[in-house]
Amino acid sequence: MAEYQNIFNQLQVQGPPEWGMDTPEGVAQERGGSPGFSTWIGWFGNAQLGPIHLGWFGVISLITGTLAINIIGFNMLASVGWSIPEFIRQGFWLALEPPGPEHGLSMPPLNDGGWYIIASFFLLVSVLSWWVRSYLRASALGMGKHICWAFAAAIWLFLVLGLFRPLLMGSWSEGVPYGIFPHLDWTTAFSIRYGNLYYNPFHALSIVFLYGSVLLFAMHGATIMAVTRLGGDRELEQIYDRGTASERAALFWRWTMGFNATMEGIHRWAWWFAILTPITGGIGILLTGTVVDNWFLWAVEHNFAPEYGGAYGYEAYQGGNE
Amino acid sequence: MPNWNLPWFPEWNKKNPTDVFGPAIVIGAAFSAVLFAALIITWGSPYQTESEQTGPAGTGMSVAKFISMKRAGDPTVEDYYTEEAYTPEAGDVLAKDVYENVQVLGDLTEDNFTRLMGAITQWVSPEQGCEYCHAGAADGNYADDDLYTKVVSRRMIQMNQWLNEEWGDHVGAAGVNCYTCHRGQNVPSDIWFRLAPLKENSAGWSAVQNFATAQTVSTSLPHDALERYLLGEEDVAVHDLEPRVAGLASDPDYRAWQHTERTYSLMNYFSNSLGVNCTFCHNSRAFYDPAQHTPQWAVAQLARLMVQDTNNEYLVPLKDTYPENRLGPKHGDAPKAACKTCHKGWNKPMNGLDVISDWPELATTGAPVYE
Repeated sequence: MAEYQNIFNQLQVQGPPEWGMDTPEGVAQERGGSPGFSTWIGWFGNAQLGPIHLGWFGVISLITGTLAINIIGFNMLASVGWSIPEFIRQGFWLALEPPGPEHGLSMPPLNDGGWYIIASFFLLVSVLSWWVRSYLRASALGMGKHICWAFAAAIWLFLVLGLFRPLLMGSWSEGVPYGIFPHLDWTTAFSIRYGNLYYNPFHALSIVFLYGSVLLFAMHGATIMAVTRLGGDRELEQIYDRGTASERAALFWRWTMGFNATMEGIHRWAWWFAILTPITGGIGILLTGTVVDNWFLWAVEHNFAPEYGGAYGYEAYQGGNE
Repeated sequence: MPNWNLPWFPEWNKKNPTDVFGPAIVIGAAFSAVLFAALIITWGSPYQTESEQTGPAGTGMSVAKFISMKRAGDPTVEDYYTEEAYTPEAGDVLAKDVYENVQVLGDLTEDNFTRLMGAITQWVSPEQGCEYCHAGAADGNYADDDLYTKVVSRRMIQMNQWLNEEWGDHVGAAGVNCYTCHRGQNVPSDIWFRLAPLKENSAGWSAVQNFATAQTVSTSLPHDALERYLLGEEDVAVHDLEPRVAGLASDPDYRAWQHTERTYSLMNYFSNSLGVNCTFCHNSRAFYDPAQHTPQWAVAQLARLMVQDTNNEYLVPLKDTYPENRLGPKHGDAPKAACKTCHKGWNKPMNGLDVISDWPELATTGAPVYE
């Protein structure tokens, strides 16, 4: 009996490519590319590559996404005088920046945020097309829509950052720069400007769900791998026909922490934790600068952070002499 | 009672012999690496730090510093030259009676005047000597103003006196003299010029950032912070002091994240000029709150005003005095001073060494007080 592992497979299935099912609705149509096999990707997952369903929304998404990335890249290149060596040397510093605050919601000059608006538009079309694609493919395969709704949660945060909040703030300049260090500068400045985002309860919730997702992912992944030798990797079968793998996994968690998820429910836990990360985060961003302008003072006002009444006694600390 | 013994497992194990030496080597190597790293950190890391508390317990206020840097100290302090003043006595010859064209220091006694001139040579042009400012020094001609260096020096002496007199609250009892900035160099290190806009084919907000410069300490933050805050007098504060405040980012006086990045750029420059972190002055959870500032915050606040005045009153107006090679590479502007020009990376320049008691001539714009 061959041994099967989830990552770094010792065993790879390579043979005639699997085309998948067809249905009366014709899901096998509009699939492109000759399926092939790669030993490399087989070490990480399924060795088969393709065929892919592109469809109209895939085409739109790829074209607009490529346009957005090219506009960003060429603006970065232009900002260093079209010098390829400088583009590489300063790569992490470069960005396509949003317009300055003085432009409000008008269309700014191309070299002062205009290209940013155009790139953002194409990026928006690209992301939304990809979402439609994820919906339509799930629909064609008769699947639930869990994947596209999870993706929609991420798009919510993306829309809050780039569309909803700038509109509420009355200026496109509130958008996030497209660049490695510059978007981190934005993040820091955003937190500092609005009185420290750590005191934003939605930011706190988002962190809970983010770290919670990580924890659940680790617990679930570890549990399934631990009972794989007992058939636990056949999770769906275990859901409707609980076997010894499921029994032992459940028993393990009940013994160690008194409580266990169910074979099906753990996936709902994980899904909700994952999607609530960007949903709560997006709410926190949307409220910042629009409703709340200083989160530390808001937290003091709501007894979420202590108020010390100014008697800190800093004057006793005169600092070093070096 | 379920059967916990898995009879098939030992059998399966026997049929599938596994090479344990490979993994053992990998695990052993990884463990050794971790152990090695732990030893480096605990026994001999060149980057060991030391923390100093800067606020009450529980507020997270501390400044971390590299022990190696503290131990090495500022190497320029050792080379500092000083000489006690001669207390003037009745009948002493004055500089203006001996030399021509002594516009600022003419009322000093000749002894003190030459003592100061000698020291300035040590501080500013130890290699070139008197000729650096006095072209005719070899022929005994000290009066001519034909070298720009002499004209600039005269103004710098006035600036020095003014700094000690007007900004005593910042420079403290240690004071400043020429060496505070010059440290034996003709042109002090860490002067600055206007840079912005450095980005090509861009305008506005896009053009003044995302470029690694010394002024931004290699970050991508805006590189026009020094010119806006230490030459211009733009407001550094960005916070709202109420939880909820009306206002749109498009309002002309709204302080948006762009202003915050610029302030952050300035603060980053402050930190690196002084070798300290944010919590030397601020409680970082509420940067703006005066009740949570350390006493150093007020000292730094004064410094900002002092540097604005220094640049605008003394340094910028010298633009036409300098030859072209002393002017800024981008805008041809006069060299300017900021925190690091004096501090050189230390929170007290020259470790707080008193550089003014020996030099009463530089302590005041009026008549020096000798004790």
